[in-house]
Amino acid sequence: MSDTKLKRVDLIFGEYSNVKYKVLTDTIKRSNDEILEDLLESGLRGRGGAGFPTAMKWKFTAQAPGEEKFVVCNADEGEPGTFKDREILSRVPRKVFSGMAICGKVIGAKRGYIYLRGEYKFLLPELNKELEGYHESAKAIGLDFSIEIRLGSGAYICGEESALFESMEGNRGEPRNKPPYPTTYGYLGKPTVINNVETFVNVMMIMRLGPIQFKLLGTTDSRGSKVFSVSGDTPIPGIYELELGMPLDRFVDEFGDGDTKAVQVGGASGFCVPRKKFKDTVIGFEGVPTGGSMMLFNSSRSMFNVLHNYLEFFEEESCGQCTPCRVGCQQLRKGIVAVKKGDKKFLYLDQLMKLSESMKLTAKCGLGQSVANSFSSIVYNFKEEMIY
Amino acid sequence: MATNNNNYITELVDQYGRNRTSLMPILQGVVERKNFISDQDMTEIAKELDLSAAQVYGTATFYAFLETKPRGQFVIRVCKTITCDMHGKRSIVQTIEDMLKIKVGETTPNNKFTLLETNCLGWCHEGPAMLINEKPYSGLTPEKVHDILSEYIHK
Repeated sequence: MSDTKLKRVDLIFGEYSNVKYKVLTDTIKRSNDEILEDLLESGLRGRGGAGFPTAMKWKFTAQAPGEEKFVVCNADEGEPGTFKDREILSRVPRKVFSGMAICGKVIGAKRGYIYLRGEYKFLLPELNKELEGYHESAKAIGLDFSIEIRLGSGAYICGEESALFESMEGNRGEPRNKPPYPTTYGYLGKPTVINNVETFVNVMMIMRLGPIQFKLLGTTDSRGSKVFSVSGDTPIPGIYELELGMPLDRFVDEFGDGDTKAVQVGGASGFCVPRKKFKDTVIGFEGVPTGGSMMLFNSSRSMFNVLHNYLEFFEEESCGQCTPCRVGCQQLRKGIVAVKKGDKKFLYLDQLMKLSESMKLTAKCGLGQSVANSFSSIVYNFKEEMIY
Repeated sequence: MATNNNNYITELVDQYGRNRTSLMPILQGVVERKNFISDQDMTEIAKELDLSAAQVYGTATFYAFLETKPRGQFVIRVCKTITCDMHGKRSIVQTIEDMLKIKVGETTPNNKFTLLETNCLGWCHEGPAMLINEKPYSGLTPEKVHDILSEYIHK
C-alpha cells in the first residue's frame, strides 16, 4: 500500500484468539482497578458518536450504590449512513460479548442486554447460537454474567440511551430527563452501563493488546481506530476501519469519485462539510466527530433534496414528547419548501436558522438538539441551492 | 367476558412472563404470528399483564414495526433514506407498485402484500434496499425486484 493511502487498521475485524474467549478468561483474573486503569490509560471514548470516556462511565456505575446493576449494548443503529454495528455483530459477535462480560465484572452486574434494532432481526438466529457458546464458556470459567437480546421495533429514537431503557421496560421510546444519568438510574432505575457495540469491542481489544499499543493509533483527543460506514457517491462503498484524526481531504481523495462536493459526517444528525472546508476538517473528537457515518455527495446532487430527506426523517422519528422537536422539525421542513417554491422570501432562511438554534437549546434529547447540525451546515454552505 | 379464543396471547404471555418488561416481546410476537395487533389483542394483553389498555395501546402505536392496522402476509418496507433515495429507490417502489397494483401504504386485496416506505435500514453501502418481513434485500434493481417478488407471489 502506498504512503498516500489512509492507514487501514485491523483491530475490530481481526481474527479471534485461538482459544475460545481467551481474552475474557485472562481479563477476569485481573482486579477491577487494573482493568479500569488500562481503560483510562487507553483514552477510549464511546463509539456511538457522543464520545464520553468509557473508563469514567464504568467507574461511575461501579461506584453507584445499588445491589443490582446492568450492562446494555446499544445495537439500535439507526443513524442514516451507519451500518457498522450490523457488520460487527455478524462478523465478530464474540468480541462484543467479551467486552460486555468484562464490563459486567468491573461494575458488578450479572445481566447484560443487547438492544438490537428490529431492522436487524434477521441476525437473531446466528447471534443466539453464538450466545449459547458464550454462556457455556462463561460457565466454564466461572463467570456469572448472562446476555440476552432484546429487539427494537423500528424507532430511531430508541438509540437514545434513556429512550432505549424505556423501550426495554415496555414503554413508548420517549427519552427521560437527565440527570439522573444511566450510571445511577438506567434500566429499571438501576445503575447501568450502556455502550455502543463498537465500544465493547474496543474494550476487548485494549485488554488483548494493552493500552500502550492501542494508543499508538489516532491522536491525543481521539485514540484508537474507528469503523467507518462509507456510502453515497463513492466507487468503493462499505465498511472501513481507519485511524481516528484523519483530515477529510485525504479521506475524500481515497473514497470520493473525483467530483465530491460535500461529505455528511456523522449521519443526518451530524455535519455537512463542503468541498472548500475538506482541508481544514479533522475527523475525530477534536474536529468533526462521527459515529461512523460518512456519506459523500457529488455535484450532481441537490443539497436541497438531501436536507429535505433528513428533515422528513427527523419529522417522522421525533418522539413528539417535547414541543421544540415535534413542531420544530415540521416547521423546518415546511419552511425550506416554502422558500424553494418562492412562497417565502429567502431571508426566511435566517429565521429558520434561529429556529434550529432554539431547538438546539431547548429540545429534551439529542435528536431535537442535533437537527441544527445538519440544518445549519447545509443551509449556510449551500444557500443558493436552497433558494434557486 | 370477551369470547376470545386468542390462544397465542396466553402462549406469548406464558413464554415471556407477566411483567411490563415483557410487553415489547409479546407485542412483537403478536405481529410475527398474525401481522398486526388488533384492539382486542391489546385489551387481552393489558388484562394479562395487569396494565390499562391505554398503556398497551400507547406502546404499540409508538413503534413503526408494531402494526396496529391489518397488514398483508408479507410486509415490504423500502428504505427511503438519502443514499437509497439517491441510488434509485423511486424506480424500486415503482416496480413494486406496478407488479402488485397497489400504492405505498396499501395492501393487496388478497391480503398477501403490504407496501410501505421506511427509514434507514442500514444497507446504505448497497442501496437501494428493502425488507420483506424480516429478510433484507440490498443492491436492488427493477429486474432484481421483479425476480424476488415473483418468488413471493408464488409462495
